[in-house]
Amino acid sequence: MTHSLVVVDDHAGLPSVPSTEVLTAARGLGSAVDAVWLGAAAPGPEALDVLGSYGARTVYVPELGGLTPDVAAVAAEAVLAVVGQADGPDAVLLVSTFAGKEIAARLAVGLGSGAVVDAVGVERADDGSLAARKVVFAGTWESVCTVTRGVPVVALKPASVEARPVTEAVAPAVVDVPVAFSPAARGVRVVERTEHAGGGRVPLSEAKVVVAGGRGVEGDFSAVEELADLLGAAVGATRVATDEGWIGHHAQIGQTGVTIAPRVYIGVGVSGAVHHTAGMQAAETIIAVNTDPEAPIFEMADFGVVGDVTDVLPQAIAELRRLRQG
Amino acid sequence: MRIVVCVKHVPDLQSERALDSRGFTVRGEDDVLNELDENAVEAAVSLAEEHGGEVVAVTMGPADAVDALRRALQMGAHSAVHIDDDALAGSDVVGTARVLAAAVRAIGAEDPVDLVVTGMAAMDGLTSMLPAALAACLELPQLTLATRIDVTGGTLRVRREIGEAVETLEAPLPALVSVTDQANEPRYPNFRAIIGAKKKPVTRWTLADLEPYLGADVTVTGAAGAGTRILRSAARPGRQQGRIVTDSGDGGAQLAAYLVENKLV
Ligand SMILES: Cc1cc2nc3c(=O)[nH]c(=O)nc-3n(C[C@H](O)[C@H](O)C(O)COP(=O)(O)OP(=O)(O)OC[C@H]3O[C@@H](n4cnc5c(N)ncnc54)[C@H](O)[C@@H]3O)c2cc1C
Ligand SMILES: Cc1cc2nc3c(=O)[nH]c(=O)nc-3n(C[C@H](O)[C@H](O)[C@H](O)COP(=O)(O)OP(=O)(O)OC[C@H]3O[C@@H](n4cnc5c(N)ncnc54)[C@H](O)[C@@H]3O)c2cc1C
Repeated sequence: MTHSLVVVDDHAGLPSVPSTEVLTAARGLGSAVDAVWLGAAAPGPEALDVLGSYGARTVYVPELGGLTPDVAAVAAEAVLAVVGQADGPDAVLLVSTFAGKEIAARLAVGLGSGAVVDAVGVERADDGSLAARKVVFAGTWESVCTVTRGVPVVALKPASVEARPVTEAVAPAVVDVPVAFSPAARGVRVVERTEHAGGGRVPLSEAKVVVAGGRGVEGDFSAVEELADLLGAAVGATRVATDEGWIGHHAQIGQTGVTIAPRVYIGVGVSGAVHHTAGMQAAETIIAVNTDPEAPIFEMADFGVVGDVTDVLPQAIAELRRLRQG
Repeated sequence: MRIVVCVKHVPDLQSERALDSRGFTVRGEDDVLNELDENAVEAAVSLAEEHGGEVVAVTMGPADAVDALRRALQMGAHSAVHIDDDALAGSDVVGTARVLAAAVRAIGAEDPVDLVVTGMAAMDGLTSMLPAALAACLELPQLTLATRIDVTGGTLRVRREIGEAVETLEAPLPALVSVTDQANEPRYPNFRAIIGAKKKPVTRWTLADLEPYLGADVTVTGAAGAGTRILRSAARPGRQQGRIVTDSGDGGAQLAAYLVENKLV
């Protein structure tokens, strides 16, 4: 029986949310779904439960021998070892983060196939091939791509598919897979790694609501953070705000930062430069607050307030609190 | 140190970008050196200044892509290689990586290459796949998305911020590194540098020149050899401008009401 292979990222011992989205998308392709676990440690019972609840029949666990899947070559060679042993998957699917895109590139080289990244949807065409939908050129064009030879590799953007568990969870079989790593993979050493404190907020790329601050907040992110916490949102920023050191670089949205596709994006003191909007144009609803009525962000906003951050945000926060209590 | 820096010539970000009926990027008058590759050139040139050695800029692209090389030469690269062959139009990332890998091998045949530098992404395709694909083809360790690069002895050390973490990675040379826009401030060539660049050598290679270095990979270039194909593409309708209100004392309340009424929160 044919099957597709989903590369699952470990997020604090559990499959990351975007991985469960990809598992959901894989089920829509009409073949069975297996998973490759890319984690520093083997998946625990809880992780296997989650994978089973998203329909993974078999969970392949590559033996990393002390190497870390944070190194793209290690991750890719681990997946290649699984593809080599799992009786020929008909597709490999993964999450389109920077790391996922690098793994996809190496898989395509290793498999002699092709990879489509930043896909927002994938389906099986009548002839059995995969058709992946992409939005390109900062949201101005749409394309449908396919892979013409070998095992197709498709990386899906986080939040482009809604994660849905199966009605009846399966108990996945676990298969350990030995891997012979190349010198190039072994050659990369992680000297140091520090995780950012998330402040208890959802990661930016997975958030349903994002409040982003730009130069217009003039160094003070407190109102942006307060509104975000009230809405259960993640906090984002423009490059100006991260360059100024008002907030960490991990909060940067845009071409060289994180790409987001939330239900709601609220840009505060953000002008709407293309480098930034390329990373948030996939938001369903765009809201902007800016003193300048000519700011380009208003051209794409569903709702905008021409006004000063220091007036508008505190009032919006107070009003939301009042409406919630009432 | 011998450094190869890969640069891409892309449509200006501010221009109306489009795909043609074959799914190829429409190239125009206002194509430029990919902004992020200025950071790559800066990184390569400053490493050569610090450690001695030379920088070779390489691009794969149509005739006017030579402009991207000119810019790299003005910024301090010593020589340039332009891979220009009609058969390469429509290459996917894997095809591009195989051709660039062949070029790196050809350049290394004269004298070994210690480091390959690329940008973190090209502003058109924006896949950020090429650095990893190229490292895989060359079987080199890859240290990508660098915000800081140091070379000591035979070791490359890179700091990077990826997702939720800050990392420091190390690998022995030869290696490949991709740099972000945080890595440095690209220099602005002065008049002398611009004039001086005119005398620097630009070598043009076709696929035939690279054949000895492509091996079996020769069949996987260009649209015909690409592993990915665009089936259809279309311009998307622009976003409609919504309701814009001017704050006259109740802007915040209106924002709150919009969120609640539209069940957005
Ligand atoms: C809108 C669009 C979407 C695409 N999507 C895909 C896809 O999903 N899968 C796929 O396989 N191909 C895809 N392509 C094709 C791909 O862009 C090209 O094959 C290509 O040359 C790699 O470019 P990139 O933009 O992906 O590079 P990136 O990986 O984003 O670029 C990183 C760095 O690689 C170097 N580099 C990239 N291209 C060259 C070059 N030609 N010469 C020298 N250095 C270079 C530069 O240093 C650059 O900074 C797409 C193209 C377009 C226009
Ligand atoms: C290679 C490259 C990559 C880049 N990548 C990114 C990226 O990934 N992400 C990114 O964001 N940028 C990126 N940039 C930078 C980008 O081009 C813009 O410079 C940046 O997005 C602008 O940030 P901003 O909107 O905060 O600032 P500005 O453009 O200065 O806009 C500030 C806005 O705030 C408004 N304002 C001022 N005071 C107030 C107030 N009191 N109340 C309300 N509004 C106020 C102003 O009217 C103005 O519209 C990149 C640039 C380059 C060259």
